[in-house]
Amino acid sequence: MLLFGTRIPLSALFGATVMVLFILLAIFGPWITPYAPDATVGKTWTGPSTEFWLGTDNIGRDILSRIIAGAQTTIGIALVTTVLSFTLGVSAGIFASVGGPVLDNLLSRVVDMFLSVPVLIMALIVLTALGSSIPTLILTIALLDSTRVFLVARAVAVDIAARDFIDVARLRGEKMPWIMFHEILPNAMPPLISEFGLRFCFNFLYVASLSFLGLGVQPPQADWGGMVRENGQAIAFGILAPIWPALAIALVTVAVNLVVDWLLSRNVKPSGASAEL
Amino acid sequence: MSDENILEIRNLRIEALNGQVLVDDVSLELRRGEVLGLIGESGAGKSTIALAAMGYARAGCRIAGGEIRIDGTDLRGIGPEGRQGYRGMRIAYVAQSAAASFNPAMRLIDQICESPLRHRQMTRPEAEARAVELLGKLGLPEPAILARKYPHEVSGGQLQRAMAAMAVIGRPDILVFDEPTTALDVTTQMEVLALIKQIIRDLRTAALYITHDLAVVAQVADRIMVLRGGKMVELGEAEQILGAPAQAYTSALVAERDHSRPLMRPLPADPGAPVLEARAVDAGYGGGKVLSQVSFRLHRGETLAVVGESGSGKSTLARVLTGLLPQMAGEMRLDGRPLAPGYRQREADVLRRIQLVHQLPDMSLNPRQPLAKIIGRPLALRSGEKGAALQRRIAGLLDLVGLPAGFAERFPPQLSGGQKQRVAIARALAAEPEIIICDEPTSALDQLIADDILRLLMRLQDELGLSYLFITHDLGIVRRIAHNTLVLLKGETVALGPTAEVFAEPMHPYTRKLLVSVPQMRKGWLEEVAAQGPSEP
Repeated sequence: MLLFGTRIPLSALFGATVMVLFILLAIFGPWITPYAPDATVGKTWTGPSTEFWLGTDNIGRDILSRIIAGAQTTIGIALVTTVLSFTLGVSAGIFASVGGPVLDNLLSRVVDMFLSVPVLIMALIVLTALGSSIPTLILTIALLDSTRVFLVARAVAVDIAARDFIDVARLRGEKMPWIMFHEILPNAMPPLISEFGLRFCFNFLYVASLSFLGLGVQPPQADWGGMVRENGQAIAFGILAPIWPALAIALVTVAVNLVVDWLLSRNVKPSGASAEL
Repeated sequence: MSDENILEIRNLRIEALNGQVLVDDVSLELRRGEVLGLIGESGAGKSTIALAAMGYARAGCRIAGGEIRIDGTDLRGIGPEGRQGYRGMRIAYVAQSAAASFNPAMRLIDQICESPLRHRQMTRPEAEARAVELLGKLGLPEPAILARKYPHEVSGGQLQRAMAAMAVIGRPDILVFDEPTTALDVTTQMEVLALIKQIIRDLRTAALYITHDLAVVAQVADRIMVLRGGKMVELGEAEQILGAPAQAYTSALVAERDHSRPLMRPLPADPGAPVLEARAVDAGYGGGKVLSQVSFRLHRGETLAVVGESGSGKSTLARVLTGLLPQMAGEMRLDGRPLAPGYRQREADVLRRIQLVHQLPDMSLNPRQPLAKIIGRPLALRSGEKGAALQRRIAGLLDLVGLPAGFAERFPPQLSGGQKQRVAIARALAAEPEIIICDEPTSALDQLIADDILRLLMRLQDELGLSYLFITHDLGIVRRIAHNTLVLLKGETVALGPTAEVFAEPMHPYTRKLLVSVPQMRKGWLEEVAAQGPSEP
């Protein structure tokens, strides 16, 4: 299919459609939920019916309403986290590429230290120690994730920092922020955009996992990872309740990945200047 | 078709996938033992035609029409496997950049022997023995040891010879040389050229020889085809094309290669105090010294050429003068005042007065900035102008370097190589400099375009009184534009003085070697130089 003069494969189109759908749910959620997401409106764990499309949960709340409300929490937190992590990681990565070998080594070794510990374990420790709230959750994951972003941003930026136009800018007397954000960043954007999609997926899964483990979003606020935990035991009785939020998590992850795959394949195709350099 | 012709191309048409015609109705034939030179500027379709001769089209292109016959068989009619049988066996290819064409993770010998082994032409010991023998014939020292090396362990000239060995090992009927000496130093180019000629003669193969340099093609080709924009301009015997070209375009190319006319204005008798002066400058990277005891003076309106082979320290000198690489010892003076070693210690006004134009505009212009920003930023920094006043200054600078004002909103990837270099010059001018250091600004450009850039630089020198430090390995350019010349060999000064004197007897042996290595556009030049024997300084 053609859109804006570019060919978009069906898989990416499917991914984009699902993404847009969930983003609309997240934005307009409060107006379209059939019931109040936190109110007990039926019996415990009823199956899908015309009254409750996806059934009710462990304390009789409408699952569809909670999934719609949870979209805002889960996607919103993951998005804010990723934006924060990129701001930190990209700035530090580019800074390392132009700030000289001492600074580069210092930053890189600190990042190596963080990389040696799995994000989820580290986040569990921090959240257990500090207690879980949404700001702590966002800050913790963003800080840990930014070390991964740093690696990619630095690798891309080092290559750009070696080009002659950076020397020209230095000889013009440009200050560090100009070189970082006007000379290097625009050239680093294509790989960073697809990386943003990938990191969003990871962060989305971290938020869901932490909530599932009880250290993320706290009840009664609706969120998908928490919903799987609350209804987890139902699966033993063949009740569908925990499947719906799990399915939503899987759908968003797959959808973003499909779009990222397409973006990545576009980046590796030689075109124009990138093929010459 | 006649038995004589080993290769026949009829009405070849090659299109890009978007429908753009790259090669339009080109026909040629190649007799056994004959060398046909294909010449033209970049984008003329030379390489596309050469690859098509092997039945191959680059990604994004397709052979849309015509016939390609090797010994009577149409390559287009025999399918991919059939073509594979011809490649490497009947027709072989020598690429421009050996460094980019070898697999860095495989030893040279394995890559040279790959084709005869794949085609089951020889056993491994036979192929390896033949490879070593060929490397020896190509003048490589200790071929048995060299063959076991990896590509990064040998020099560019050696790699280019190894590639020639790879091409001829299967004893092909046709060799395709795609600018095999363009990436080499002028002295190495001469050696490789002589070897290529010898291979062609010894093996009595036919060859297609692609180049943009008429002087090079004059040495090897029996006939020459001139191409422009994918169409044939002229085809004839080498003597006729070089001596009496029938088409205006060919005449322009031939005239361009004639380096006799100087472009620069003479210097005044008393040039006054030097604007830039270097006294016994030493510089290097890490512990190694790349420049030692380099001294020179540059006056207002003067062009000082810095020449030497690659590795002679030319570009290092540019980095030292701009302050990107602080010198280890010695002193530099700008207008009589000492120049701080590192650019960070130099005042903005000092930085402004020395500007740099690089060799590759693709690397020196930020591809994600419009020209208005590339040129406008140094203007804004210097004058603090904004809005309409700044736009007028940008348009004025574009006009000064011969570009339309409408280009301000374009990005570098939308420009041609020559236009990009003009933008780089405009950016240097935006700072209103006194000295421009030009680091091989024309070596990546086609001849006619390069000539336009030289004329532009000379005009600007005339109008603005600029001083140039012009780094180059092309002595033809030096004699046309430089008042004074500094010859560097491994970082040491071999000669310094007025250009005419540097290139007049008595010459330093190294200067002579550089000078005789510049290909001249007459048949037999290569033999004359070779007859003089090795001239190592």
